[in-house]
Amino acid sequence: MSAAARAVRPVSIASFAQSQNVRKDDERNEVEGLMPVIAEVFGNIGITKDDVDFICSGSTDYLIGGPFSFVMALDAVGVWPPRSESHVEMDGAWALYEAWVLLQEGEIDAALVYSFGRSSLGDLSEILTLQLDPYYEAPMWPDIVSLSALQARALIDSGKATEADFAAVASRSRRDALSNPKSQVANDIAPEVLLQDDYVVAPLRRHTLPPITDGAAAVVLAAGDKATAWSDRPVWITGFDHRIETHSLGARDLTTSPSTAKAAEVAGVAAGKVDVAEIHAPFAHQELILAEALGLDDSVAINPSGGALAANPLMSAGLIRIGEAAERIRSGAADRAVAHATSGPCLQQNLVCVLEGGA
Amino acid sequence: MAERCAVIGVGQTHHKAKRDDVSIAGLVREAAKMALADADLTWSDIDAVVIGKAPDMFEGNMMPEIYLAPALGAVGKPMFRVHTAGSVGGSTALVAAHLVSSGIHKRVLTVAYEKQSDSDAMWALSVPQPFAAPLLAGAGGYFAPHIRAYMRRSGAPDYIGRMVAVKDRKNAMRNPYAHLHLADIDMKMVEDSMMLWDPLRYLEACPSSDGAAAMVLAAEDAVSGNYPPAWVHGMAMRSEPTMFAGRDQINPQAGRDCSADVYRQAGVTNPREQFDCAEVYVPFSWYEPMWLENLGFCDLGDGWKLTESGATAFDGDIPWNASGGVLSSNPIGASGMLRFLEVAMQVRGQAGEHQVDGAKLALGQAYGGGSQFFSMWVVGSAKP
Repeated sequence: MSAAARAVRPVSIASFAQSQNVRKDDERNEVEGLMPVIAEVFGNIGITKDDVDFICSGSTDYLIGGPFSFVMALDAVGVWPPRSESHVEMDGAWALYEAWVLLQEGEIDAALVYSFGRSSLGDLSEILTLQLDPYYEAPMWPDIVSLSALQARALIDSGKATEADFAAVASRSRRDALSNPKSQVANDIAPEVLLQDDYVVAPLRRHTLPPITDGAAAVVLAAGDKATAWSDRPVWITGFDHRIETHSLGARDLTTSPSTAKAAEVAGVAAGKVDVAEIHAPFAHQELILAEALGLDDSVAINPSGGALAANPLMSAGLIRIGEAAERIRSGAADRAVAHATSGPCLQQNLVCVLEGGA
Repeated sequence: MAERCAVIGVGQTHHKAKRDDVSIAGLVREAAKMALADADLTWSDIDAVVIGKAPDMFEGNMMPEIYLAPALGAVGKPMFRVHTAGSVGGSTALVAAHLVSSGIHKRVLTVAYEKQSDSDAMWALSVPQPFAAPLLAGAGGYFAPHIRAYMRRSGAPDYIGRMVAVKDRKNAMRNPYAHLHLADIDMKMVEDSMMLWDPLRYLEACPSSDGAAAMVLAAEDAVSGNYPPAWVHGMAMRSEPTMFAGRDQINPQAGRDCSADVYRQAGVTNPREQFDCAEVYVPFSWYEPMWLENLGFCDLGDGWKLTESGATAFDGDIPWNASGGVLSSNPIGASGMLRFLEVAMQVRGQAGEHQVDGAKLALGQAYGGGSQFFSMWVVGSAKP
């Protein structure tokens, strides 16, 4: 339960769908990529767009390279007659948060959340540089891989992890991805073999980097009677929070994630046993930082989907973590799960969602 | 059950063509500090920050909430970013208000901005996209045909647009924060200005501004500040599809539905009589008569007659855009929030020279895209 002295209205992840995650989807535009995902997320539970009261999406204009990328994407839903609708220039996990906030008021009972993006359209590493301070940092064009390498180096220097630990994360993630039909990169390669990779930016070897992924995802949220009508085993959101840190990398201890720890505290991660965690760690070493901040021990199954190392569709990878965690509960494989999403360089902003299976 | 939510602090920058005395961080901080001072609070009193702006390409800074977190005192707090096209300033305020009305937070700072001089919005709007018609001429070129259609449909005489342009710029003379202060504005000056997109002349279009707006929103048990709170009586967003032949872009269904929703929440059945004033997104002069009809302040086809009668002037019975409106200041991402903020100022009695006497209930409206995105709120001096 939230740390705030407030009764949380139970909201369920009623349905989840994601596209096939691929390196380059250049045969479909954003609307065409989204339409099957939207159809599936409704079709899973036999509803239509008319059964949801609110729509919220997440995307960024910098992937398509033009303003208002979300405007046309809305045509994938077909909002006629007009609908109550909003958009965040953030990962879809935050779009889900906005919808969850509205559902808390009790005026509406269901919402559609979706996110999309084709990372293949430009040079992603350069594009993400534009997230930095536009006056003092961005003009030097530090790329996201190099910044993450600084973080990995700091982690090694702190004595908390080694390159072998990074390789172990990558090996396990992509081996787990073999059982995820939506994953982009899945293989079974031992850590010792991975450590023979060349460095991309030391100490990051190729296997520690996320793939570049085109993809989309969608979730239906439900509360009240709809939550129980649309699922035999509702997956309830029992805690939800997100926090941000300063943008100044020099002012942060990059080996820790205080914003994740704070969000986990408010979301109440420690209030019960965690069976599964889906962590949005685009770089292998970041999983180690996040697992510590979330307070997860060795008994927790981390990223059984393969995580962002198996598919990292920008703007959707966080929402997919929530969807994957929910599916583990719905299938009965887990009773309590933690989902996490991140944004910004070196884990600057983090969201934590606690999910529990219904009776 | 939703909690009551109130505006307890407002702040805005002096809007200008170029605010080259401040960075983007300095710009948003200027408005935020003013809102905090108005609410008699400090940074540490704020639970969460919600920021909005129009496309990131307008400044060339991707997802700028990441860079702006420390400037807005958000480190260690939730920081949320909204982007819903031109309606974004309004939508951002609504997302912040829902954080309060849902009971999740007690005090939320919401900020919206644009620093147009850091880039070129016209360029950013005109990037060619596969399978889409280029917009090359920017927003005015997009809306001019809709205005001509409105004129033909309503039989409005051609000087109505010029009347709005003069009225809003005269109002701006009463607003020290407005970008344009055109002391000599009159019908002839507008008529003599160059034709941009027929029938829109230069002085019938909004300026390009740098500026920011900020509000502190609070739950009932967290109200503070120098003026009485402005209570939120209703809030709504509506969107309709871009590519749909059944759309009426002159009188959009999304706008009618959105206003019907906020009026229902606020108990408004006769907007012209019940509202004391309104701040409505009028970036091009003719959008005043068009939105008068869309918002139900008169019958269809009569919007221009209301404007012509002087009803929407500062001394009319239903002043529209007493602040000078978007026609006098247009920091795009902030323009919608300025509408929401200005009506809060009116019902709090803090609007100074542009205060509408005895304003108690007012409507703020913002629209965006090609008139397919709407956000609105109703604020009042009395508790809902």
